[in-house]
Amino acid sequence: MTIVYEKSKGLTDVPFHYCPGCTHGVIHKLVAEVLVELGVLDDTIGVAPVGCSVLAYKYFNCDMQEAAHGRAPAVATGIKRVHPDKIVFSYQGDGDLASIGTAEVVHAAHRGEKITTIFVNNAIYGMTGGQMAPTTLVGQKTTTSPFGRDEAHCGKPIRMAELLATIDGAKFVERVSVDTPANIRKAKKAIKKAFECQIKGEGFAIVEVLSSCPTNWGFSPVKALQWLRDNMIPYYPLGNFRNFEEGK
Amino acid sequence: MAKGKVTFNDDACKGCELCVTVCPVKIIELNKDKINSKGYSPAHVIEQEKCIACGNCAITCPDSVITVEKL
Amino acid sequence: MSKILMKGNEAVGAAAIKAGCKYFFGYPITPSSEIPEYMSRKLPEAGGVFLQAESEIAAINMVYGAGGAGARCMTASSSPGISLKQEGITYIAGAEIPCVIVNMMRGGPGLGSIQPGQADYYQSTRGGGNGDYRTLCYAPASIQEIVDYVMLAFDKADYYRNPVLICADGMIGQMMEAVEFKEPEPIDLPPKDWATTGTGGKRKPVIVNSLFLEAEECQVHNRNLENKYKLMEENEVRYEAFGLEDAEVVCVAYGTTSRIVKTAIKMAEAKGIKVGMIRPITLWPYPYDVYNQIGPNAKGILGIEMSQGQLLDDIKIGIAGRLPVYFNGTQGGMVPTPASILADIEKIAGGTK
Repeated sequence: MTIVYEKSKGLTDVPFHYCPGCTHGVIHKLVAEVLVELGVLDDTIGVAPVGCSVLAYKYFNCDMQEAAHGRAPAVATGIKRVHPDKIVFSYQGDGDLASIGTAEVVHAAHRGEKITTIFVNNAIYGMTGGQMAPTTLVGQKTTTSPFGRDEAHCGKPIRMAELLATIDGAKFVERVSVDTPANIRKAKKAIKKAFECQIKGEGFAIVEVLSSCPTNWGFSPVKALQWLRDNMIPYYPLGNFRNFEEGK
Repeated sequence: MAKGKVTFNDDACKGCELCVTVCPVKIIELNKDKINSKGYSPAHVIEQEKCIACGNCAITCPDSVITVEKL
Repeated sequence: MSKILMKGNEAVGAAAIKAGCKYFFGYPITPSSEIPEYMSRKLPEAGGVFLQAESEIAAINMVYGAGGAGARCMTASSSPGISLKQEGITYIAGAEIPCVIVNMMRGGPGLGSIQPGQADYYQSTRGGGNGDYRTLCYAPASIQEIVDYVMLAFDKADYYRNPVLICADGMIGQMMEAVEFKEPEPIDLPPKDWATTGTGGKRKPVIVNSLFLEAEECQVHNRNLENKYKLMEENEVRYEAFGLEDAEVVCVAYGTTSRIVKTAIKMAEAKGIKVGMIRPITLWPYPYDVYNQIGPNAKGILGIEMSQGQLLDDIKIGIAGRLPVYFNGTQGGMVPTPASILADIEKIAGGTK
């Protein structure tokens, strides 16, 4: 008997607090598996955000620092400049990265910081109870856009992958989804490349992962992934925007 | 003849049913006769002998509930 | 040991490098910009890393990361920039990370002015960030004291696992004076086994964090911090004081202002008035006990500060109602004159203030 799949050693024994069906769990697994497969887990330092994944520092089986909201790329910069031979990553949600922390991630990319950022985009603020995010879709109802996001009032959602891809120091930028097993496998490949980008000393790497928030979207976990497919993927196209391996 | 063996860590399951929908041979269901320590009905395999060890269920599970072995 | 003529801001950098600081993260702001400029030239020579951050907020968070990863690191700014750092400082204090933060204070509030000020006393000693935390605050009054206290700050930061503030003012940053760099006193420091350096497969992961979602845990953490701050209060008070026993008037001032006050005191002595002085060197922990040394002839205490009077609360706590407390100050970047301070000393001594 060979093991086809088991819980990754890159995760601790602490059970995840995430809602049933929340794709944070899937994305955590992918990061953990990649770190183990690349043989760098023991040389990794991660930075946790503020958001649903604020407790990520309990789940990854490596040294972790908890950052203030949005500041993870700056914290990661400090760590990486002190330990350039270690692998440093930040794991952030849409409030953390696309709202309060936009300056920090843009400048980490701008400086070509050799860190890897995992950006979990679920078009809403989960932890605080379902408020609008910069990534919330037009017409999407949230607790601070109760009548649906109004483009005239506060614009259309921001596409971070495309934005960061315009920055020269960003050497790997890809948007993936975890709504199907096939997409999960592709997401893992992208996350692996994003860490390889750091290992090879190329520059800033980011993977934007389209994710669900069943609780605040008001759907069952299965229906939430369908909503993601029907509504998020058309607005946030999957694909690679920068790839150091292809000189792109 | 089963190609694979699937085990569930019942107490880690949150009953989200994502595994149910991704099984290509449709052998996973929530076990409505059981309630785990979290208060959920955990998922389980109903026809183990049909398992093809594709790993879809385990890959999809957000809580690392499932272990898949190839026989 | 030979002396070098140095500008205050540059002395900050030189002292930090001498103390083994290897990482500087900062953003330009008048009147502290020469600090990042100096570090950008000198730190790489010393085998360190200088990085200009995109903002003061990013800079303090880089310090959090670097300090959390076990390095001696610092940032420097001036009042409005230090306001931006308050969030980072409370996180650093909560996560118990050592670092040094230099404030070349200027006129405020808001954007204020670019000339010297001392109106960040509350922010520095009471804390501008949320929650219960304290930071050691050194107020140098000369370039030599900048050198001595910046160097000491790194040791104290490591010893207590706490941020340490240097509360200088814009005048000191821009002045030039002769300084000597003494070898630091050897100090026993515990290994930084709490720092994120990668497990190497040899130990359990460490977590650098200020979040404690279980209230009971958070209280335990707070009690530990409290005990640490009590230790600082017991052991770290520094001040200069003279002439308290037979003083008619006691002046209290720190930083640049204290030097102007000393001139005013000489002028008063020449007129036959006995004036004592208390110069806090640590603004926190504050030298409250020294107020007990003030003799029976004192008629009043004069606090002098480039502010609306932020130093007065601590004076009032120190004197505990025994004497009236008066204020002489300038704001907005203006610097007090010896003559105006002398006038107030005379009024207090003459009983007419």
